[in-house]
Amino acid sequence: MNNLLSIITFLPLVAAVILALFLRGDDEAAVRNAKWLALAATVATFLFSLLLLTGFDSANTDFQFVEEGEWIMGLKYKMGVDGISVLFVMLTTFMMPLTIWASWGVKSRVKEYMIAFLLLETLMLGVFMALDLVLFYLFFEAGLIPMFLIIGIWGGKERIYAAFKFFLYTFLGSVLMLVAMVYMYVDAGSTDIPTLMAHKFGSDSFSLLGIQIVGGAQTLLFLAFFASFAVKMPMWPVHTWLPDAHVQAPTAGSVVLAAILLKMGGYGFLRFSLPMFPIGTDVMATFVLWLSVIAIVYTSLVALVQEDMKKLIAYSSVAHMGYVTAGIFSLNQQGVDGAIFQMLSHGFISGALFLCVGVIYDRMHTREIDAYGGLVNRMPAYALIFMFFTMANVGLPGTSGFVGEFLTLVGMFQANTWVALVATSGVILSAAYALYLYRRVVFGDLIKESLKSITDMDGREKMIFAPLVFMTLLLGIYPSLVTDMIGPSVEALLTNFHAAVPADVAEMAQTASH
Amino acid sequence: MSSVDIQTVLPELALAIYAMVALLGAVYTGKDALAKPITWITGAVMVAIALMVAGGDGAHASFGGMFLDDAYARFAKVAILLAAAAVLVMGEATMSRRGLLRFEYPILVALGTVGMMMMVSAGDLMSLYMGLELQSLSLYVVASLNRDSVKSTEAGLKYFVLGALSSGLLLYGASLTYGYAGTTLFSGIIQAANDGHVGLGLLIGLVFVTAGLAFKVSAVPFHMWTPDVYEGAPTPVTAFFATAPKLAAMGLFGRVLFDAFGGAIGDWQQIIALLAVLSMFLGAIAAIGQTNIKRLMAYSSIAHMGFALMGLAAGTEYGVQAMLLYMAVYLTMNIGTFAFIMSMERDGRPVADISALNQFAVNDKLRGLAMLILLFSLAGVPPMLGFFAKYGVLIAAVQSGLAWLAVAGVIASVIGAFYYLRIVYFMYFGEEGAGVEMKMSPAAWVALVGSAAIVVLGVVNFFGIETAAAAAAEALVK
Repeated sequence: MNNLLSIITFLPLVAAVILALFLRGDDEAAVRNAKWLALAATVATFLFSLLLLTGFDSANTDFQFVEEGEWIMGLKYKMGVDGISVLFVMLTTFMMPLTIWASWGVKSRVKEYMIAFLLLETLMLGVFMALDLVLFYLFFEAGLIPMFLIIGIWGGKERIYAAFKFFLYTFLGSVLMLVAMVYMYVDAGSTDIPTLMAHKFGSDSFSLLGIQIVGGAQTLLFLAFFASFAVKMPMWPVHTWLPDAHVQAPTAGSVVLAAILLKMGGYGFLRFSLPMFPIGTDVMATFVLWLSVIAIVYTSLVALVQEDMKKLIAYSSVAHMGYVTAGIFSLNQQGVDGAIFQMLSHGFISGALFLCVGVIYDRMHTREIDAYGGLVNRMPAYALIFMFFTMANVGLPGTSGFVGEFLTLVGMFQANTWVALVATSGVILSAAYALYLYRRVVFGDLIKESLKSITDMDGREKMIFAPLVFMTLLLGIYPSLVTDMIGPSVEALLTNFHAAVPADVAEMAQTASH
Repeated sequence: MSSVDIQTVLPELALAIYAMVALLGAVYTGKDALAKPITWITGAVMVAIALMVAGGDGAHASFGGMFLDDAYARFAKVAILLAAAAVLVMGEATMSRRGLLRFEYPILVALGTVGMMMMVSAGDLMSLYMGLELQSLSLYVVASLNRDSVKSTEAGLKYFVLGALSSGLLLYGASLTYGYAGTTLFSGIIQAANDGHVGLGLLIGLVFVTAGLAFKVSAVPFHMWTPDVYEGAPTPVTAFFATAPKLAAMGLFGRVLFDAFGGAIGDWQQIIALLAVLSMFLGAIAAIGQTNIKRLMAYSSIAHMGFALMGLAAGTEYGVQAMLLYMAVYLTMNIGTFAFIMSMERDGRPVADISALNQFAVNDKLRGLAMLILLFSLAGVPPMLGFFAKYGVLIAAVQSGLAWLAVAGVIASVIGAFYYLRIVYFMYFGEEGAGVEMKMSPAAWVALVGSAAIVVLGVVNFFGIETAAAAAAEALVK
């Protein structure tokens, strides 16, 4: 199949169009059809993506399944995957059916809801496959529209503020990236990503408005992309949109946001920043490392005092993303491997945690931690699953969370011992806030009157968690499943990176950072 | 005047003669009863002439170089004619429901369109002024078409006074240019400007001409009239103001800058870049506080003109191409948006308050969605064509070393995104309010849904207008 990537990408879109055009009415049958069609489409997408996994040759570090065609304005429609992106594609196709299934209880505007999520899936998949700068930007940016609507229409009380904040924050970040892309096109004469990876952008230091720019154009380009990806990740201090967006978004929206959308930032660093602006990356690496560890410690502390479950998990996401950025900017094999691993693992774990919140939110319609307590008495199955993912979030050995954190810490240690030292304290803090949350919600006596009649998870809910538990354990016990797949591509990436960074620039950067 | 000359101006001639025949016919017969058929026939005639223009090829200069017919002029003319026809046809029902459909309306629009076609074909300062005034005078009258309304007459008067001032500036610049170049022909001016360096007198002439034209495209700081005129004029007329005349003025701008002052790019680049950056920012910031959707669209059009000017400021062939594409996309988006706005009513009276759209999209999914698409396109969010239009001008700016302008542009576009989102917010998640009735004629429905579809589906191949725009730019920038 030559068009496998296009099929995977656009299948959800086709389903969305069918839903929009042919499904009429708001009666019960129409609602049911909308749900089943959306589920069928996402499952079919997942099955197609399995073909991608089986056909993928992990020893080959080039782009595979490449499709290419002419497009407008001198751009190309070019799609392809390599070791870095293929697993993100899998993560997306894997999470989406679960997300749709978890939304079975949605009551209002079900058809539009499903359309929005299907559209979002197409756009997210496109981000991970696009091999043309502007095509990437198109998918990256267009994803804001369905997410804006998902938060705004189906969100909680403060949804409007959160939707605007989400949109404008990310939009501001990405338009700066757009200017950088335009500059890259003008400089290199192409928007083709593989071509740009081979192109050497100017790195002669110059002075701009009296400020000495070490690394020249590369540093500026790096910063422009950084503006976009750092907001998307999100990194401290531009993370403030995330807790708002998470808290207000409906459960499925939070899951997609945490599990997939946040990964676009990390993916962007690996796809653009490192290979295209190696010198800029080298100049800025120490700075990013410190930002990352500040994020880990600061947001973990903030998570400790949260009253709202979703907000707590959102801050924990920011902290875990700190490990990702720190891993990437360690610029060594363990660090980058660990970062990718951590992103995948966080996709399963944080997605599952938001689903856990969703389960009790659906019953009690509140996310206040104080409204709960003693759930174990009436919801043993829930307590077990919540416990499992809490432990995974903390990074218990045997779960995928451990592997990601450990690898990134090893990477960090090689790059900068102090950074690793501070980051490791985050492991302890994460145990503190996660267990504290768990104790307040699940343990204790069931004294709240409103909780006396709460019911345990039903079959559908258990079934949704089953694959997530399986994946978390599988990756925790057998991590080389992932590292074998990404290893060669990461190695090639780092070899090219180190070849492109002359020793004196590295020294220059060090003196600059002192 | 030879037969070749006649052939070159045939489209303008045909439209002008049609307008006069229609005028006579209407005056000597049933007057306003004929307004409806005349509107539709005018639309049809414009489309026919657009097809005729689109079929032309090559570059011809007639009347001793005063009138040019090249790919650039043809691109602009086709867009002007189609936009004018679309606005006429989609506004017909609204105008007649408000008792404003007098027979003069389509005829004045047709005459104004003749003026616009003259503008983009001008090869001489005289023919430039002739076209510009023919266009402007028609517009002044249609602005105050609702003569019993204070706001409408005020709009007409304001437009007239400020328009006259700008014409004065332009004429003053033209006379200086003539004085220092010794000719009014663009082909002569460019030689004078190329000769060694541009003299101070010629430079001052250039500045005044630019200021006059900036009035017409409503670029900051010459934009003051725009919100008031947009608000006061009947909405279908506002739709017309926001579309065809903007393209004509922008086309004329390009014509003057490249055909007459193409040798002095370094001199006017800074002026245009400054106009662009001021327009983008003022348009973005001033619109935030607006609650009247027509005023909001006025500021939005100011911001969009800033972006189009960014293409011109690049001073390159690609810049002109990007500007033309930008304007084409801008016309499409505005036609759709205004088709929506002109249909907003409550109890038989037009409504322009944004909050009237509360929860609109909940009950009216298709039209809500179409408007959503247009608004995101106006904001420049991919995959809508509005993004590609912006992308083009950004490329042009960076290619010419105006990276600062590109950065300023994207920041302004983020600020601007806020007010487009605000309309989306009212439509999709606003509180239950008084609501709005949509009195939408089939023609307006087609305009709204059609332009939304174009804006989305254009992502596949841009409907091939890229090649036309490239040919047009090549014809202008030799």
